[in-house]
Amino acid sequence: MTDVVATNETILVVGGGISGLTAALEAAECGKQVLLVEKNPSVGGRIAQLYKYFPKLCRPSCGQEINLRRLKANKKIRLLTMAEVTNVAGTAGDYDVSITIHPRYVNENCTACGACADAVTAEIDDPFNYNMTKTKAAYLPYNMAYPQRYVIDPSIVGSEDANKAKAACKYEAIDLDMQEQTIEIKVGAVIWATGWRPYDAAKIQPYGYDRFPNVITSVEFERMMDPFGPTGGKLLRPSDAKPAKNIAFIQCAGSRDRNHLTHCSRICCMASLKQSTYIGEQYGDDADAKATIYYIDIRAIDRFEDFYKKVQADEKVHFIKSKVANITQNRDTGDVVLHGVDTEGYQRYDNTHDLCVLAIGMEPSVRADQINDSVSADASGFIQPNGANAAIFGAGCATNALDVNRAVQSATAAALRAIQVVNRVSSAEA
Amino acid sequence: MSDVNTAMVQKYRNDFLKEVEENVEEGHWVKMCMQCGVCSGSCPFGPDWDHPPQEIFMMIRAGKRDEVLTTESMWMCTSCYNCIVRCPRELPITHIMHGLANYAHRLGIAPKMNPTRRFAKIFWNNIAKTGRVNELALSLKLYFMDGFMSGVKNALAMASVGIGMLKTKRLNPFALISHKGVKNPKELHVLLKKAREIEDRRKGIAS
Repeated sequence: MTDVVATNETILVVGGGISGLTAALEAAECGKQVLLVEKNPSVGGRIAQLYKYFPKLCRPSCGQEINLRRLKANKKIRLLTMAEVTNVAGTAGDYDVSITIHPRYVNENCTACGACADAVTAEIDDPFNYNMTKTKAAYLPYNMAYPQRYVIDPSIVGSEDANKAKAACKYEAIDLDMQEQTIEIKVGAVIWATGWRPYDAAKIQPYGYDRFPNVITSVEFERMMDPFGPTGGKLLRPSDAKPAKNIAFIQCAGSRDRNHLTHCSRICCMASLKQSTYIGEQYGDDADAKATIYYIDIRAIDRFEDFYKKVQADEKVHFIKSKVANITQNRDTGDVVLHGVDTEGYQRYDNTHDLCVLAIGMEPSVRADQINDSVSADASGFIQPNGANAAIFGAGCATNALDVNRAVQSATAAALRAIQVVNRVSSAEA
Repeated sequence: MSDVNTAMVQKYRNDFLKEVEENVEEGHWVKMCMQCGVCSGSCPFGPDWDHPPQEIFMMIRAGKRDEVLTTESMWMCTSCYNCIVRCPRELPITHIMHGLANYAHRLGIAPKMNPTRRFAKIFWNNIAKTGRVNELALSLKLYFMDGFMSGVKNALAMASVGIGMLKTKRLNPFALISHKGVKNPKELHVLLKKAREIEDRRKGIAS
């Protein structure tokens, strides 16, 4: 596991989401040595949790399959999962990096047969479904996970459950003696692609995410549409598992707000427009099914304007120009009531909905200033392009709030910059 | 007073936003409003306003000078600060409302019979006289604001509260003849007059 061969001509890619994967593949396909480090047990990141992409409404699994094939076929990429970069020091072309590898307790003998999961009884929150469901403490992160290898949750190691899992395994794949280890390596350039995380919705106090079960975030709503997701592909509201038909979307939940995130998260407008189409997809011509989007302004830039026009023409989708002031709950029905003022005509409203979806903002998973003192951060903690960053290049959502398309562009750009650095190293050494 | 109003109309012509920015407390924030409406939705008195805050900001930018300065809306503000807390751009909305009300009053075009304005005037005259509020005089003045008959009615309605306050020594029954103010009220008057002069000079109002 520790046989990581890395030199000053290696490019380290931190994060195995769509940006990190793209950067690693682009660099490796140009012939460079790449070390790809992913914190989670499998690559794919947040795109794996999406049901559909905007604006084409196609499945993310399709592109992911292609990327995984590219990854498996490429001998220049060394992938480390459950690994975290803990320190980066040095200069362009000469970085010393510390990586901590957490034990998976499952080795490469694993065939993903699932016998261990059947054997254990303990359950843990399933982060893939944003903790909306439980999963066995011996689990495959998700169906398309790569590597296709189970994980034993550290919480059961040392318990009877872990021994049962070990006994159930026919391939001697379970090794409960694995320890956390730290490795020190040299690399020439670093591509930092640690992506984003949804803003903590409970901090938006007037919306009551922590108090009302039927106020959920857009990422949770997205999981509901997945046939293998927490609700089996049905839009069921959390309080009583009834179909949610009258659904409200609140834009700028946490974004563009000096009390929360000051930046515009860019994806949320398109995400809500996309999610409003799920209602038609789920309920067809049902007259009760409708989406209401509460917005300050809809930011559907350049070619997305067409998609916005298409959604506007949909009779099921209504737009109210208003930042919702607060949400209350009808205790008897569990319905949520949105209060505010429609600024077009200044009409006060108290609208009842089955379910309220907060189009939650994006914040960087790792703040730029946590990487290394020399990396410059903008006010929101995204990596800012700066000469002082030397050969640490940001890619994807670590640099800004980006959609998948722009994240991939950003990752390709980062790969090109890193390639130039290792090329300089090679010509100096030659 | 209306001379001041005429002078301001002349000075700023059609640029009401600039007039607000230069003369209203925290008025320079008005242009920062992005019209999301969260202040109006959060206002506990919102349903009773002719124009909620974000509408007032739009009216200022649209140059609706007379409508804004003569409305009772900003006089409705109870300073609960809900709007300031929720405003995504951290506009000091409560302060702007008070600033607008004060400015309209200064120009002499604020609604004459608005109860908040009348109370504020009574309060100010009361406190400015001796430097400390004479609570008994203030309540009596307030009760009899609309005439003798309604004053008696108001006083009777509040009688039990008054007696309770007397019993617990929260109200001095002799305050009307022996109210204890600051040590030297004359100096206070000089100070207040100077403050007014400075403010007028800054705003370009000839007093």
